[in-house]
Amino acid sequence: MIEYQTLTQVTGPLIFLEGIKNVGYGEIVEIETDGERRRGQILELNRDKAIIEVFEGTRGMDVKKTKVRFTGKTMSLGVSKDMVGSVFSGLGEPLKGRIVAEEELDIQGKPINPSAREYPKEFIETGISSIDLMNSLVRGQKLPIFSGVGLPHTELITQIAKQARLLTGEDFLIVFAGMGIGYDEARYFREEFEKTGALERIVLFLNTATDPAIERLATPRVALTAAEHFAWNLDYHVLVVLTDMTSYCNSLREVSSAKEEIPSRRGYPSYLYTDLATIYERSGRITGKKGSITMVPVLTMPEDDITHPIPDLTGYITEGQVLLSRDLFRKGVYPPVDLLSSLSRLMSKGVGRGLTRDDHKSMSNQCYANLAEVEKLRALISIIGEEGLTETDKRYLEWANRFEREFINQDENERRGIKQSLEKAWELLSIIPEERLKRIEKDLMKRYMRGE
Amino acid sequence: MIKGRIERVTGPVVVAEGMLGARMWDVVEIGKGKLLGEIIKLVGERAFIEVYEDTNGLEIKEPVVSLGKPFTVELGPGLMGSIYDGLGRPLERIKKELGSFIRKGIRLTTLDRKRKWKFEPKVRKGEEVSGGSVLGSVREGSIVHKIMVPDGTEGKVKSVRKGEFSIEESVCELNNGKRVKMLQEWEVRRTRPYRSKVGLSEPLITGQRVIDSLFPVGKGGNVCVPGGFGSGKTVLESAITKNCDSDINIVCRTGERGNEVTDIINELNESKDRKGRPLMEKSILIVNTSNMPVVARETSIYTAITIGEYFRDQGYNSIVLIDSTSRWAEALREVSGRLEELPGEEGYPVYMESYVGEYHERSGRVENMNGSFGSLTLISSVSPPGADFSEPVTQAVLRATKVFWGLDQKLAWRRHFPAMNWLISYSRHLDDMLPWFKKNVSKDWDVVTKNLRAILQKEAELERVVRVVGIGVLPEKEKFILEIARIVREDFLQQDAFHTEDSYTPLDKQYALMRDVVKLYEKGLKEIESGKTTDQILTKSVKERMARVKYD
Ligand SMILES: Nc1ncnc2c1ncn2[C@@H]1O[C@H](COP(=O)(O)OP(=O)(O)O)[C@@H](O)[C@H]1O
Ligand SMILES: [Mg+2]
Repeated sequence: MIEYQTLTQVTGPLIFLEGIKNVGYGEIVEIETDGERRRGQILELNRDKAIIEVFEGTRGMDVKKTKVRFTGKTMSLGVSKDMVGSVFSGLGEPLKGRIVAEEELDIQGKPINPSAREYPKEFIETGISSIDLMNSLVRGQKLPIFSGVGLPHTELITQIAKQARLLTGEDFLIVFAGMGIGYDEARYFREEFEKTGALERIVLFLNTATDPAIERLATPRVALTAAEHFAWNLDYHVLVVLTDMTSYCNSLREVSSAKEEIPSRRGYPSYLYTDLATIYERSGRITGKKGSITMVPVLTMPEDDITHPIPDLTGYITEGQVLLSRDLFRKGVYPPVDLLSSLSRLMSKGVGRGLTRDDHKSMSNQCYANLAEVEKLRALISIIGEEGLTETDKRYLEWANRFEREFINQDENERRGIKQSLEKAWELLSIIPEERLKRIEKDLMKRYMRGE
Repeated sequence: MIKGRIERVTGPVVVAEGMLGARMWDVVEIGKGKLLGEIIKLVGERAFIEVYEDTNGLEIKEPVVSLGKPFTVELGPGLMGSIYDGLGRPLERIKKELGSFIRKGIRLTTLDRKRKWKFEPKVRKGEEVSGGSVLGSVREGSIVHKIMVPDGTEGKVKSVRKGEFSIEESVCELNNGKRVKMLQEWEVRRTRPYRSKVGLSEPLITGQRVIDSLFPVGKGGNVCVPGGFGSGKTVLESAITKNCDSDINIVCRTGERGNEVTDIINELNESKDRKGRPLMEKSILIVNTSNMPVVARETSIYTAITIGEYFRDQGYNSIVLIDSTSRWAEALREVSGRLEELPGEEGYPVYMESYVGEYHERSGRVENMNGSFGSLTLISSVSPPGADFSEPVTQAVLRATKVFWGLDQKLAWRRHFPAMNWLISYSRHLDDMLPWFKKNVSKDWDVVTKNLRAILQKEAELERVVRVVGIGVLPEKEKFILEIARIVREDFLQQDAFHTEDSYTPLDKQYALMRDVVKLYEKGLKEIESGKTTDQILTKSVKERMARVKYD
C-alpha cells in the first residue's frame, strides 16, 4: 500500500491531499497522525488531488506528519448473526470483544429495484392507541417520530421497540442506532430491554454526543447494513430505530460547509433530501424474501418547527410521521401525540376487515373528523370565549378532553390491544350526536355502538 | 470516436479532458465499467458530464468515450404495461435477470428484441408516405399500437408485409430502397413534430368531483399540483390514473417512494378502467425512486413525455403524470452546483424556469403529421419546501400551466380530501370546456356550478366575520349559509379515494349532487325569510340524506 504524506490543508472535518495516483472515488483511507489512526473517505478527486472527510474528526492533525493510505475499498461492515446482543461504535466496531464476520458488506447498500418490492400491509401492534388505531404501523414501513427537545421520544421509541409485534405474536429484532445522543438515553434504552430480558433481541450502534460528529454520517448506514443482513439474508423481521436524525443532518451540514458548497435552506446542503432518502428507502419488503425492515427514526424539530428543512424533507420521504406536541406534554398526556399533524400513509391497506377489525378505518376517520371540528372550535374559543357555543359544540369539546385523557394518554408500560383501543374509542364516540358521525357506516353503528 | 480521460470526479459529475469535438448532450461511456452519462457543458477540450449512475470507484485517467449521439428512448411495440427506469431500462427484466437490487452499469434495451408481433398493414403499394404516416398496426393487449414512418423518412411504398415480426425486422420497403421497421428511436429532449396545435374542447373526465365540476382540465392541457408533504398529491394522481378517460397513461414517478411505486403497480394490475379494460394495458411507468441515482431523475421526465408524444402521434389522448417535478428540479440544482454555476433563487440554476416552460409546451392537442388528432395532458406535482408556494419551482410550473390545483396541508391535516383549496385553485380552461359540459351533461351546467362556487365564496367571507364576533350573533340567514357550505364541503368536495363507491363519481351524478344542494339552498333562503330556522330546514334526516346520496 502506498503511503502519502502530502497533506496541504486541514479544514473542519476535511483534509486535502495531493500527489496521489490510482485511487477510486468514494474509497476509504487510513490516516495516521502520531500513532493515532483514523478513517476517512474520498469526497472529491481532481487530477492528483483529493478531498477526504475524516470520520473521527481532525482534532490534533497536522499537515506535516499525517500519513494517508488508500485501502482500495469502499466503507464496509463485517456482518454476522453473532452481532445480536452486542454494542458497536458508530462506525460498527464492537465495543467489547470481537465478532467473526460472515461477510463484508458495503455500507452504502444498493437500491431495491422498485418492481421487486412487496407492498407492506401486515399490521404491527405497538400497544399504543394513538399509533395502532390512528396511525397504524405496518411491516416494512418507515414511520418517523417528529419530536422536540425535552419531549418524551426516548420513552416512546423504547415502548414501541419493546411492545411491537404482529397480531400473530411474532417479535422483532431491534437494530438501534444512536447518533449524537446522551449516554443516559442509550443506557435507558438498554436497561429497559434488560428488564424484560429481551437483550438478545437487539443490536446497538452508538455514536454518543461526545463521539466525533462526523462519524455520525456512517452510523445509520452501518446499522442498516446490519439490518439488511438480518432481513434479507437471515429472514429476520427487523425494526430499525434511528435517533436522533437531527444530529445526523447537522453533521452533514458541517461537512458541506467545510467543502464550501452552496448551501440550501438554513445552511443544509441541497442534496439533504437525496441523502436522507438513501437511508430511509432501505426499509421495506421484497417479493420472495421472508424478512423485512421496518424503520422508526426519531428527529427533534429545531424550535418545534415542522417547516424546518429536517422534518420537512423527512416528511417528504417517509411514509407518514408521528408528531409529538408540547401542548399535550404540558397537559401531562403521554404519549403527547398531536394526531391531526400525524399520518400513516400505509394504513389504508394494512387495517380493516380480516387484518385488524372491520370498524378500524371508519373509526379512525371519524376520530380525525372530530378532532378537526374540535380544532376549529378551540381556535374560535381562544378569540371569543365559550359564549355562543351550541350544545353540539360543547359535546365535541367534552369528547376531546376525554379522548386526550383516556384514549391518547396511557402508561409507559401499558400495552393496549387494538380491540381495547377500538372499544375505548366507541365508548367515547357516544358523546357526539349521531347525525354528525358521517364516517361510520350504519351497520357498524348498529353492531358496535348499540351492540345489536 | 472521441475518447478522453477522467480529470475530476465530484458526486454525480465527472470532468473529462481530451474531448475536443464532442457535442453538447452527447451520451458518453465513463470508465472501465462503462457507466452512462451525458455531456452538459463544454469548455475547450474539457467536457462536463452528468453521470446517470453511482460514481463510486471511478479513478482519474480512466477512459471516457463519446457515443456521438444524444440520449434517445426506444419506441415501438412492447411499451404497454412496462415499468422502466428514467433511462428506459426495463425494471421487470432487470429483476428477473439480476435480482432484487439494482447494480451499476446495467445495459438492457427498453424493448424486447425477440418477441414477435402480428403486423396488420394499412398502406398499399404505391402510396406516398412520410414521417408520421401510419403503415399498419399491431395489437398490444387492448391497445392498437400504430406503426408509423419515422420522422425524416419518405417515399412511395414498394412493398408491405403482413405477418409476425420482431421490432427490428422490416415491415415495409419504399421505392428509394429505405426499409421501415417497427422500432424507432427518439431524442428525449426534442419535441416530436406535429402539424399544428389546436384548441382544447373536451375535458379530461376524472370522476373526481372537485376537479370535473370546479377546476376541470381539458384534454391536452397542463396542470400544476403543488402541496406540502401529506397533502395528497400522489393519491390524487393515482386516482386520476385509475379513473380518467384517457387512452394511454404515462406514470412518471421521479425521486419519490419505492412503496408508492409498488402500490400503483398493484392497483393497475388489479383494476379495470371505465371501459372494462385492464388498466395496466393502457399504462406505462417511468420510475426513478429517491434512492436511485439522481441524474436519471432529470432524464426520466423527458423519457415520459417523449413516450406520451409518441402515442399522441398515433391519435390517442395520452396523459403524463409527473410526481414530483421538484425532484427533477433538485437533480438539476445538484448538477449545477457541482459545475459551480452561478446559482439563481434558492440555488436552482437560472435556466430551470425556461426548462420547465419548454417541456410543458410539449403538452397540447395537436393535428398530427398523419392528419389524426391527438393530445398530451401533462399533470405535474410540485413539492414545495415548507409547503410555501412562493418558492421557485412552484412558481416556474405555475407560470407554465393553465390549471392550478393547490393542495393545502392544513386541509389535509383536518382530513379534508382531496385537500384542494377551492379558494386559491383555478382552471383557465373553464370557458373552453363549458360548451362541452352544456351539451353532454346539462344546459344549466354553468348556472349550477356558479351557484356552488358562490356558496363557498360566501362561507369564506362569513368565516372571517365569525372569527371576530362569533357565530352566536349571526343572523339566521347567514347561519343557514354556513350550514349549507358545510354540506358542500363535506358531502360534495370531500371524496375518499379509498372508498369503493366514493372514489369515482360520473358526471351526471356530480351534476345531480350539485343541483340538489343548490336547490336546497335556494328553497331554504326563502323559508328563512318566512321565519323558519336553520334546524327546521336542515333537519337530521335532510342532512343524513345529503350525506348518503353520493354512495347510492
Ligand atoms: N382523496 C383522498 N382520500 C382519502 N385519503 C387521502 C386522499 N388523498 C390523500 N389521502 C391521505 O393522505 C395521505 C397522503 O397523501 P399523499 O398523496 O401520499 O400525499 P403527498 O403525495 O402530497 O405527500 C394518504 O396516505 C392518505 O392517507
Ligand atoms: Mg407524494
